[in-house]
Amino acid sequence: MSLIHLVILSPFLLAIFVPLLHKYFKRIHTGWFVLALPILLFIYFIGNLGNVMAGNTYLSTMNWIPSMGINFAVYLDGLGLLFALLITGIGSLVVLYSIYYLSKEKEALNTFYVYLLMFMGAMLGVVLSDNMLVLYSFWELTSISSFLLISYWYHREKSRYGALKSMLITVFGGLSMLAGIILLYTMTGTFSVRETIASVDIVTAHELFVPALILFLLGAFTKSAQFPFHIWLPDAMEAPTPVSAYLHSATMVKAGIYLVARMSPVFAGAPEWFWLISIFGIITLFWGSFSAVKQTDLKAILAFSTISQLGLIMSLLGIGSAAVYYDYLEENIYTVATLAAVFHLINHATFKGSLFMVVGIVDHETGTRDIRKLGGLMNLMPITFTLAIIGGFSMAGLPPFNGFLSKEMFFTGMVNATQIDAWNMETFGMIFPVLAWIASIFTFIYSMVLIFKTFTGKYQPEKLDKKPHEAPLGMLIPPIILASLVVIFGFFPEILKGLIEAALHSIFPSNFTVEDVHIYFWHGWTTELFMTIGVIAFGSLLYLTLAKWGNIYEWFPKRLTLNKLYDGGLVGLERGSFAFTKFYMTGFIRNYLVMIFGFMALLLLLVMGQTGAFNFSLDNASKVGVYELILALVMVIAAITILFTKSRLSAIIALGVVGYSMSLFFVLFRAPDLALTQLIVETVSVALFLLCFYHLPEISKKVNRLRFRLTNFIISISVGIVVILIGLSVNSSRVAESISDYFVKASYEEAGGKNMVNVILVDFRGFDTLFEIAVLTIAAFGIYAMIKLRLTKGGSQ
Amino acid sequence: MKVNDLILQTVTTFLAFIIFIFSIYLFFAGHYTPGGGFIGGLMTSAALVLLLLAYDIKTMQKALPINFLTVAAVGLMISILTGVGAFLFDVPFLTHAFQYIELPILGKTALASTLAFDLGVYLVVVGIAMTIIQTIGESE
Repeated sequence: MSLIHLVILSPFLLAIFVPLLHKYFKRIHTGWFVLALPILLFIYFIGNLGNVMAGNTYLSTMNWIPSMGINFAVYLDGLGLLFALLITGIGSLVVLYSIYYLSKEKEALNTFYVYLLMFMGAMLGVVLSDNMLVLYSFWELTSISSFLLISYWYHREKSRYGALKSMLITVFGGLSMLAGIILLYTMTGTFSVRETIASVDIVTAHELFVPALILFLLGAFTKSAQFPFHIWLPDAMEAPTPVSAYLHSATMVKAGIYLVARMSPVFAGAPEWFWLISIFGIITLFWGSFSAVKQTDLKAILAFSTISQLGLIMSLLGIGSAAVYYDYLEENIYTVATLAAVFHLINHATFKGSLFMVVGIVDHETGTRDIRKLGGLMNLMPITFTLAIIGGFSMAGLPPFNGFLSKEMFFTGMVNATQIDAWNMETFGMIFPVLAWIASIFTFIYSMVLIFKTFTGKYQPEKLDKKPHEAPLGMLIPPIILASLVVIFGFFPEILKGLIEAALHSIFPSNFTVEDVHIYFWHGWTTELFMTIGVIAFGSLLYLTLAKWGNIYEWFPKRLTLNKLYDGGLVGLERGSFAFTKFYMTGFIRNYLVMIFGFMALLLLLVMGQTGAFNFSLDNASKVGVYELILALVMVIAAITILFTKSRLSAIIALGVVGYSMSLFFVLFRAPDLALTQLIVETVSVALFLLCFYHLPEISKKVNRLRFRLTNFIISISVGIVVILIGLSVNSSRVAESISDYFVKASYEEAGGKNMVNVILVDFRGFDTLFEIAVLTIAAFGIYAMIKLRLTKGGSQ
Repeated sequence: MKVNDLILQTVTTFLAFIIFIFSIYLFFAGHYTPGGGFIGGLMTSAALVLLLLAYDIKTMQKALPINFLTVAAVGLMISILTGVGAFLFDVPFLTHAFQYIELPILGKTALASTLAFDLGVYLVVVGIAMTIIQTIGESE
């Protein structure tokens, strides 16, 4: 166990002590104890920065289940470090923010920080694991801790609904990913990501390549809220705002992005990978930004905005995968898309984190997040307003913030995509820049809605529960730090160069050199710049006329939304399975018997047909004497009488006839012990039947003939025939000699007895007899208990 | 009207003993001729049932104050112990042995440990048969 293992596990270790700290230091907000850890971890990762930027990677393995190739292997490279910095950095800020956001007295802080620390550790595990099964374990742990955090206010029904929804969707994806991991394992024989990348030739040539690819993408798409799995994210906004800022904007939703980036060296270059990621990404981008405009809840706007931005990053990763296909080019113009993806990943984490915190402040200070009630807060909350402007403009892609830079690069990537001359891109290539451009206009609109509907316009104090004022300093510091980063990254993007370069090294296989990661403010008069100007112009126009065209959202039929599909699907599934269970679990024993016997007859017939067991010979048959014939006739007549008699009494008597004939058969076939026993047992059981008959209740004593049912008839006939066939078949295909010769000899010589049956019962196979008398004893005890210890309904005797 | 069962009761008094002796015969003869613990036990119960029919349950319990559940349990115990006894001679569970002995009256007789096992079977069968019949008979 090395230091980095401890780093990953430290949040879990601290989580153990959080409840104790909460209990014994009641006067101090528990968050302060937690705050130190992410800061320390952040410093630790910063310390590794230089080393990783120099191109070094770090691998450390701790044995977990070595016999199955499952080991806790930690691999620190550019991509992992980038995410680890995001997780710990924003984690520290979120913890600080939550100290002021969550009340010490009213909230269950111990559970909150335990879940948050669990999540932090799990997320670090996801991005730093080299072993895919360990990665999967941490992946599911993020789902679980996210579930717990969303339902933090579990007494609200909407929280529970949102938590369940996100759980179902992300765990569905997680399990798909597990299947993908197993498929990759069958191809390569290893769970290690690095070793899988090393044997990429086997994987690409394998027939399971496409299924594995799709399964991995299912995992990534569900986690990263890509269309159509994005529906859980808006409902996850029921979580406390620090959670939304941390999980649902900066870290967990980027786990899918991480997975796509991490598995790119394995899958990139294949057309399926390119198409699925690019198309789903661009649709998510468009759909998210389009839907964000119609929202009235600030957090819902941010949720759809997150969905859209994640789609943006995803589509960039898809376009960037073309770089692997064209690796023979001197100047690879497609790497710029991946570069833009990584850069925007960082930018999005900064501005979206700060925007969530701003929204949290507004919610906290005014008591509502509804933009229809808000307005005119500019003068009351100037700092918050400034933060919102920085975050919002960056999100809209305006200069001089970092969002502008990554949006320019995004356009570059999309425009370059039209030059791809493979995979039908000649035909469909144009949809990428066009959709991207339209989506950017909507992004611009909702960013403006977010800023100006909240902070400008008419102040409506009568609609607010509280009298708004500026937030406490502790609540402002985290968004201020993030907003400063937005500005700093905007003006000096070069400081991120080393980190981005290191991350790109891990996304592209080693034979790639990402030499010039250049992020410029000024590209010259390029297409991208004109596109941005167009976005601003159209966006402003549309924002100002929003009231006129805003009702287009009403056109969209509400019944056709994905949420309705999800809800209806759940209800349908429940109803369907209930109906199915009701269909075969009728509660009538006769129906179950029909199923059991029908299945038995069918299965045996099929097996006999399959194995060709219908071969009958009468070579071993004995001669049939007249006594046997007569007895058999008596038995058949008695059996038929049982079926057709009207009264139960004659049925019991007929059954007795069958039993006594049986004992006569034993006499005929020279089995005196059996005959004796059969005689007495039959007498006893007939007596017991008569007893039952005598005690039948008066009401049901109606004398009824057995009713004829065709199904029962067919099934009983077929069971009878099948059993006869098996008997004949077994008798005519004897494979070994009987061992009875041994018993004949040994019963006197070795056991000192002349009654062979008895010797077998008590000596050779006494073990069977022992348990048969045990069965009898249990039966006697059972009857005794049933009759003597009957309880009435009240529970007394 | 009180039924007078004099003939039945008188005959039963004789018959029950004859059946009982026959059942003992069946039990002991089991190793050489048809019979054994199971059928012997059933016959003994038949004798007891005959007594039950001729008299009534209360009289029976006075004459034979036995809890037949205990009889079944003791029988099962004897059978198991017979099997366990094999361990004393360092042989597998339920290994039986037999020996020819000269007895004063009966002469040369085989004495087998299977007899003890069969005794267990016998007692279990008597116990359960009587328990079932008595329990059902007593129930209202």
